[in-house]
Amino acid sequence: MTGTDHASRAGGRVVIVGASLAGLRAAEALRAEGFTGTLTLVGDEPYEPYDRPPLSKQVLLGRADANSTMLPRAAALEAEWRLGVPADALDLTAKQVRLASGEQVPFDRLLIATGTRARPWPNAAEAALDGVLVLRTSDDTAALRRELAAGPRRVLVVGAGFTGSEIASACRELRLPVTVVERAATPLAGALGAVVGSVAIQLHREHGVDLRCGVSVTALEGDSSGHLRRAYLDDGTTLDVDVAVVALGSLRNTEWLRGSGLGAGPRGVACDAGCRVFDMYGIVTDDVFAAGDVARYPHPVFGFEFLALEHWSNAVEQAQVAAHNMVSSQSERRPYLHVPTFWSFQFGVGIKSVGVPSYGEEVIVTQGSADERRFVALYGHQGRTVGAVTFDQGKWLDFYRRQIEMAAPFPPAYRNVDRPASRRPVPAEFPDPAVPTEGPRIERTGHSPAEWAWALVPARA
Amino acid sequence: MTAMGTPADLLGQILDYANRANPYPLYAELRKTPVLRAPNGSYVVSTYREVTALIRDPRVSNTGGAGGGSFIGMDPPGHDRLRRAATSHFDQYDTVRPELERIVTGLIDQMHGRRQIDIVDDLAYPYPVAVICERLGVPDEDEPRFHPWAEAIITRLDPRPGQRDTAARAQSEMDEYMSGLIERFRADPGPGLLSGLAAEEGMATEDIVATGRLLLIAGHETTVNLIANGMLTLLRHPDLLARLRGDADLAVPLVEELLRYEPPVQLLARANVALDDIEVAGTTIPEGAGIVLVLAAANRDPDRFADPDRFDPDRQDNQHLGFFGGIHYCFGAALARQEVQVALAELARRLENPRLLQDPPPYRQNPTLRGPRHLPVQIDGVR
Repeated sequence: MTGTDHASRAGGRVVIVGASLAGLRAAEALRAEGFTGTLTLVGDEPYEPYDRPPLSKQVLLGRADANSTMLPRAAALEAEWRLGVPADALDLTAKQVRLASGEQVPFDRLLIATGTRARPWPNAAEAALDGVLVLRTSDDTAALRRELAAGPRRVLVVGAGFTGSEIASACRELRLPVTVVERAATPLAGALGAVVGSVAIQLHREHGVDLRCGVSVTALEGDSSGHLRRAYLDDGTTLDVDVAVVALGSLRNTEWLRGSGLGAGPRGVACDAGCRVFDMYGIVTDDVFAAGDVARYPHPVFGFEFLALEHWSNAVEQAQVAAHNMVSSQSERRPYLHVPTFWSFQFGVGIKSVGVPSYGEEVIVTQGSADERRFVALYGHQGRTVGAVTFDQGKWLDFYRRQIEMAAPFPPAYRNVDRPASRRPVPAEFPDPAVPTEGPRIERTGHSPAEWAWALVPARA
Repeated sequence: MTAMGTPADLLGQILDYANRANPYPLYAELRKTPVLRAPNGSYVVSTYREVTALIRDPRVSNTGGAGGGSFIGMDPPGHDRLRRAATSHFDQYDTVRPELERIVTGLIDQMHGRRQIDIVDDLAYPYPVAVICERLGVPDEDEPRFHPWAEAIITRLDPRPGQRDTAARAQSEMDEYMSGLIERFRADPGPGLLSGLAAEEGMATEDIVATGRLLLIAGHETTVNLIANGMLTLLRHPDLLARLRGDADLAVPLVEELLRYEPPVQLLARANVALDDIEVAGTTIPEGAGIVLVLAAANRDPDRFADPDRFDPDRQDNQHLGFFGGIHYCFGAALARQEVQVALAELARRLENPRLLQDPPPYRQNPTLRGPRHLPVQIDGVR
């Protein structure tokens, strides 16, 4: 067997680390491409691959069972499943993945699809209180469902990104009192900017959410039995709450790659447009690939910036490109040119987006009315259209995707249906990326001024 | 096949009744020019990629046709407001299935003892009217009045003289009846769409009447044709008819393939107008021009569907345009699917040894809502 034959279509050993959406779709695509070698999927959760988007929606509301979100299988997949055991190291020289059980799994080609996990509450003691949860996995959802079913006095949601907003929406549908605390000026500000985020403010308030923007939670406090009872905010107020859902985004699962020599870190696993992973010197490898939430790749439409996208469609489509390239020769390889899309359902509104809104500086409403919560907004960067978001206007998305692919001029000059009276671009008001949010910082502890103390919190991985 | 005319004549040939039974070779010819300027100045678009792009293009207004004041002929925001309201009061999912089965069973029961039936007059015609009356909330005793109204209003599209007056009279009678029913529902709510809309704040009676009329008309002849085209297609493919008899679940993919292969709305001739210059496949459709979307041609585009002239219910990735798309995607698609699934599965199960008596059968005049006027079938009996 020669070196180049190791993982041809005909044979060899492929190991996929990560058994969620990207891992499963890559495995299916490998078989569809005609790969006949051995295929091993390693997953840290004990479950077969399941779909996550319903977890913060139908499953949380009890309209769908957590077990019903298993991902449909395209076909019988001949693969060996190693579920419930995380990978904990990678040896590129020996071409082996080490599992937490100590077992070594050899490979000819490797796909890294370890995804992300929920960013935990930074204070470990407070995070350990009963009633303090995150929402990422099926188990997380089951735990949150139990807490909500117990009829809490009030639910606190920390962070008003998409997940936090969907949780708040579900709580209101369950008629639970809920307070959302968001450090930025509006919900969804990081993804969509504060101008569009201000529409989300109205959505929260109209549905009875106690929304506090520009405010941070400083501490969570439990009772003598270790159950959450109170939250302290940096505006000096306190909240009596029995449940706190920490929705502060995610961390990329790259710790297991420390020492592997790959270009992997807190921002993800860097790879080229063909999903081949860079080593720590920026030299591309030929037998290690990445796909899904954990992958960072350069996108030509967005100035070749490295994007790491935590979107469902990204996991599916990037996995397919990675799988194709894993069993193809250099001349047959395909670039990953997918224009990102994502959706969210909250407060009865379907929010859909295409492109990368946060790559833009300006925003313009081209269709509908923000006051009526039904509109299309486009984002522009240096005279080009780079993103679009729709509130209950998702049927137009394909048109705007093409505009982004074509690098259409911004602001758009064409006449279209449902044009708002005023059509002028305004600054989109994304949070200033120069303000460090993940670096080291100083944290105040103690609740009354007499108890105040300050501690350095190091940067999180 | 006779010689084709110049490309510009193709639309005329498609509209010519002589080609009603099989317009598909003309559509294939049409696709050679994806965006064709017709003699009347409108632009005829026939390839899948171009049609789907225009369906979702906000530079295309949908106000060029006759919508009768209903949302089908409106752009947003008016369209969105009325359609959304109608959606929340139109029950068309699994819960309607027993009702559909009851109506179809009753109509097939009436075929007992006969050796010859007409799929159109005996089933496809009366069935959708009964279904839509139930959805609107028309009391059972008034339903018989709707059958002649529906028939008369639909003949409005028939170019023969004298039909228009009949249609106009039927429409004003039906509008008057629905207005009265809506006023009664405002005082005393009942089941169905009309009562639900009457309870919505700020919903004008004329808007409700327009929605009711739209659902009756748009949900009627389309469904009639889908059932008749479906039975015709099955009788031309006896192997599939036998499969369906043994496996009623085949009706689901079979109806999807039918919507691709013989779409009940073949083309949209007047509704769409360009609000700006639009470049499509290298041709610029100028601002103000009418756009003709030939859905039936796009549905057989070999660049999108492998072996497109083959009827294959096992086809994968069947994203047909039989229900259009974008914001004007068929409002009653879920209901229509179930209506036709139930009808075809029951016909396959209960008709003994059905044979086509006339192939091709006589077609209606209408080139847009294309389908057989009659579909005479010989049977040995009814199970």
